[in-house]
Amino acid sequence: MIDFYKSLVEIVGEGHVSNQAEELYFYARDSGLMPIHKPPDYVVAPKTTQEVQKIVELANEKKIPLVPMGGGMSLAGLINPLKGGIVIDMKRMRNILGVNEKARYVIVEGGVSQGALGAYLERNYPNLRHSAVEAPPATTIASSVVIHGQGRLTQQYGFTSDMVSGLEVVLPTGEICRIGSCAMSPDWFSKGPTLPDLSGLFLGWLGTTGIITKVGLKLYPKKKIRDVEMFVTDKADLIPDILFNLTHTEMVEDILIGSQSGIHFDPPMFKGYHYVTLYITGDTDDELEFKRKMVWDSLKEFRENKDGGFMWVLPMIKPGLLEAPQKWITRTLADDKKGGGFTYSGPIVLIEKYPLFAKRLEEVGDKHKLDYAGLARVIGRGHAMMFGFGFPFNRVDSDLMDRVRKALHELIVFAFNQGGIPWKPNIEEQKMAMERMDPNTLKIMMMIKKNLDPNGIMNPGNWEVE
Amino acid sequence: MYALKFNQDLCASCLTADCLVKCQYINVDRETAHDEMMKIIKGEKSFILHDCVTCYGCQEYCPKGNHPFYMISERREENGMLTSSRPVTNLWINIGEPRGEYRVGEIKEKALSCCLIGEFMELARGKLFDGIRSSYILGMEFFCQAVYLHFAKSSVIKERLPRVIEKINQLGIKKLICMHDECYGSFTSLAPAYGMEVPFEPIHYLEYLYERLRELKSEITPLNIKAAYQRPCSSRLSPDKYHFVGDIFDLIGVELVEREYQGDNALCCGEPLRVGDRYELANDVQKRNIDDMVKNKSKYCVFNCLFCQLALSEKVSKRGISPIHIIDLCKIAIGEKGVE
Amino acid sequence: MEYEEIVHRCFRCGFCKFTENYQDFNCPSYLKFGLDTYAAGGRMWLINAWLKKEIKTSRHYAEILYSCVTCGNCKEHCVFTFKEDLLNIFEAAKAELVNTGLIPPSVRDYLNAITKIGNPYKIVQNKRGKWAEGSGIQIFSDQEYLFYVGDVGSCEERGEKMARFVGTLLAEAGLSIGIMGNKERSDGNDVKVLGENGLFLKLAEDNIRNFRENGVKKIITLDPHAFNAFTKEYPKLGGNFEVWHYTQILSTLMKDKKISLSEYKVKVTYHDPCYLGRHNNVYNAPREILKCIPGLELVEMNRNKKNAFCCGGGGGNFFTDILGAGEESPGRIRIRDALDTGAEILAVACPICSKMLDDAVKSEGLEEKIKVQDIAEIVNAARRNPTQHLVESV
Repeated sequence: MIDFYKSLVEIVGEGHVSNQAEELYFYARDSGLMPIHKPPDYVVAPKTTQEVQKIVELANEKKIPLVPMGGGMSLAGLINPLKGGIVIDMKRMRNILGVNEKARYVIVEGGVSQGALGAYLERNYPNLRHSAVEAPPATTIASSVVIHGQGRLTQQYGFTSDMVSGLEVVLPTGEICRIGSCAMSPDWFSKGPTLPDLSGLFLGWLGTTGIITKVGLKLYPKKKIRDVEMFVTDKADLIPDILFNLTHTEMVEDILIGSQSGIHFDPPMFKGYHYVTLYITGDTDDELEFKRKMVWDSLKEFRENKDGGFMWVLPMIKPGLLEAPQKWITRTLADDKKGGGFTYSGPIVLIEKYPLFAKRLEEVGDKHKLDYAGLARVIGRGHAMMFGFGFPFNRVDSDLMDRVRKALHELIVFAFNQGGIPWKPNIEEQKMAMERMDPNTLKIMMMIKKNLDPNGIMNPGNWEVE
Repeated sequence: MYALKFNQDLCASCLTADCLVKCQYINVDRETAHDEMMKIIKGEKSFILHDCVTCYGCQEYCPKGNHPFYMISERREENGMLTSSRPVTNLWINIGEPRGEYRVGEIKEKALSCCLIGEFMELARGKLFDGIRSSYILGMEFFCQAVYLHFAKSSVIKERLPRVIEKINQLGIKKLICMHDECYGSFTSLAPAYGMEVPFEPIHYLEYLYERLRELKSEITPLNIKAAYQRPCSSRLSPDKYHFVGDIFDLIGVELVEREYQGDNALCCGEPLRVGDRYELANDVQKRNIDDMVKNKSKYCVFNCLFCQLALSEKVSKRGISPIHIIDLCKIAIGEKGVE
Repeated sequence: MEYEEIVHRCFRCGFCKFTENYQDFNCPSYLKFGLDTYAAGGRMWLINAWLKKEIKTSRHYAEILYSCVTCGNCKEHCVFTFKEDLLNIFEAAKAELVNTGLIPPSVRDYLNAITKIGNPYKIVQNKRGKWAEGSGIQIFSDQEYLFYVGDVGSCEERGEKMARFVGTLLAEAGLSIGIMGNKERSDGNDVKVLGENGLFLKLAEDNIRNFRENGVKKIITLDPHAFNAFTKEYPKLGGNFEVWHYTQILSTLMKDKKISLSEYKVKVTYHDPCYLGRHNNVYNAPREILKCIPGLELVEMNRNKKNAFCCGGGGGNFFTDILGAGEESPGRIRIRDALDTGAEILAVACPICSKMLDDAVKSEGLEEKIKVQDIAEIVNAARRNPTQHLVESV
């Protein structure tokens, strides 16, 4: 083992490898509720693709598991090693390699953070933006695409994985591969089409089919002004139609729907209300006001029936809602119980199910005596939504943590029964998903994994059939 | 149970029907105005109940002090009519519920009421509030409730306002300086209109400010600026105190520009209209108001109400006019604050 | 352990690592090693694990704790309400280690030197005031201000030079200042952040007594670390003095035109010392000094003011050198920031920053491109009649 350690030092340099108890402790877990399995044996932080390649080759040779890690903020334990091995912390690979402004794409290394990319674009290309996610800024672009994350532009353009325009991947067998147009062209404008789309071999696999060392990411026009409106209703049944009308306008950026229990207040004064937070952008006041009018008009029937109305978003509240990411979400949810804990499961499902999901969240939350937050986001032009069942908890309250786990389990079973599919599934959710999956589909998945990763070293235990 | 003290004979014999004739948002002649008002009084349907935008103007226009707007609010609620949407209305009602989280300073016979607005504690700093700042009340328990007039929820006022008055009384306060125009209106107009006894003396903060500025006269350096004044809706509940705006401006060297939308022709800041789901009207009112300020070369837009300030600050700034609260303007005049 | 009830509340979200706009990681120890354990979130989780006995005291645990340069970036950018206590928590955890004696050797050596000799350079007390020889700066008797120089200013070459520049400039501008000279004792700021509370208390109490006995009421510090100790910690022990950092006084003198200046055409960027900037919110005074110099062009680094990137000298690291050298050492990263501005001079206001950044210039091989100079030295260069002995010492 000392030789193996030395080999890792030779690859990444002293100071960027550890087999010390402290790193093994920290990197064995994330801040969610998933249990620890087998802590890693090593943690490494490579700086280049070549270093990653050498680590993979070494791991393959010794058949040691590899767990690639970005920000580690999935809260689903996706970076908790299940079978020990080496955690590869990608965050030292943080160069932004270049922007093609007219084609609107950027190429970043595998450890570039959401925050850094946002700041870089703001400074150098203020007319371009990426789909910033709500997770803390240390989350990496690569991990967002790997887990099919969602962000500000998801309602308009889909999952973050839909916005990939090319990949560089280190395969589990150590080869470096280019995926997309960049496989045969210097340009990174497509992740697959019009060639056979191989990006699907790496997106959504939770690091089990390779390590992404570069991401080409589509960028989108950034308007000068961004504003927010909040439409509230007390009838969950109306939400699907409200969203249908809003998405029809094609005028809206992000659409989020929030609901909550008695978090912060007793009696719970916000319980039973559903807040549709929607964002509009424009280069001029006229453009913005035109879009705002379209939005208001699209919800006319609900307004006239007094079933819903726009809230006055006070100027001191607005900056918090317009931030990317919205710091108040982390601040209020994660420390609501003064215990540094927040977790959620966010299955993807048809929007028409919103009322059922909102009701079920309330029932399960109340049953387990939990404070909860429903956080939904529209995907595409209403093709689906992510409905997040969120629960704050206190890390020193094991009874509370247990109840949250039970609640989440019940809710995810319910979600699957309603035709939902998991988003960044933890291993329990992965198993449930695979049990329900078309057996032939599952067969293809296993075949792909086996062929790409014959030694089974890539984040083993994930997307695995016993 | 509190009931509105309303004398329908006064309306029946009114020759002017100024309440609705002078309304800036409804266009009716005297005859129609009179007829509709009588319908409202009798509990019949009237388009006024739908079209009223809750600007409080008719409270001031009525030459008999007969509370036409409070009557409109009552009838709306009796008919199950909402101005804003049901969820927004209920949220505002929920938010206003006292929760035992309030702050009380070193209470003397005279105290400052900051209602539920923490920003008033910031405004109430410096020489202008020497000796009074530490005697304050702040929190939902002291919320004046007047805002529910905008939501046609007089029942909430009737339920909660007496408790608020009692809470203030229990603290031994004899004179209450109301930092919000609306609070003053609530205690001097709304409460008496419903037969609620107010055992303390409400003092309008502009009156207090004027007296204090007179004491500090030697420290005033005239500002020599032109300003527009944004008169809040609640000022209509205390028109006898309106003159203090001009008095203060005279003392501190501010020229109040002559413009169309001032005095009893002042326009609402627009946000109650928007909350009442009249989006296009809100935009129109705000545009006309600010155009009027610009046309008359106002350098500043002086606010009395913090909500008006929140509604219009950004919009006036974009048109080259500096927004400022009247208290901050007074602070500049006595050399306590830099020019914004 | 003090603050024990807070430690588990960290969400390890990573806001603590960044600048305000997330453009860069801004935690020196995290940047050096690239492992999350070396960031504030990592330390919180490890301290929590240590408290729950899930990890044991070890050399590596100590190294992680002591690698923190106490720059305060985490405190500035953490999104939680307990952020103000982050550095206090790390200090409390270090104090636990000090109590068990399991601290890194370099930390132990530093603390021993302070205990036995009174400074980390092992310069005997009766030579402590030697730096002032030939400068004309008087020993404190009944002057209006005590000019407190500190360990680095008294004993380290660049620090001594800085002390002479500052002291001479202030005196020649007409300020009534005196120094403790050989009677000066360590302020104890870095002793405290290393967790040696007992030693800090002794140093502080001795200093407070010494100042009182000598009739000191007003203190100007050379070093922001001393400024921090005197303004934040000494009052808790009854040591209430009026305290300024020298840039605050110099700024007033320059605005009052007490120093006559010629045109000095030079492009300068200013590095905010953590103990002056983030810890004590003094951002403007040093900049005002530079802006008073005719012809001087002041440019800002990308990361400045409350987002300034630490030189790496805080948290005792100036003495303990736990972060070590190398391309990813904080000083070298900061010099690269300065170089990006096109500035010819990187202005500093702290003797620790001065040495750390000067060494970094040399390591980067940038001596021809950029110089590190203290603000007083820049002012002297712009004076109509610069003080000769200072010019000769450049």
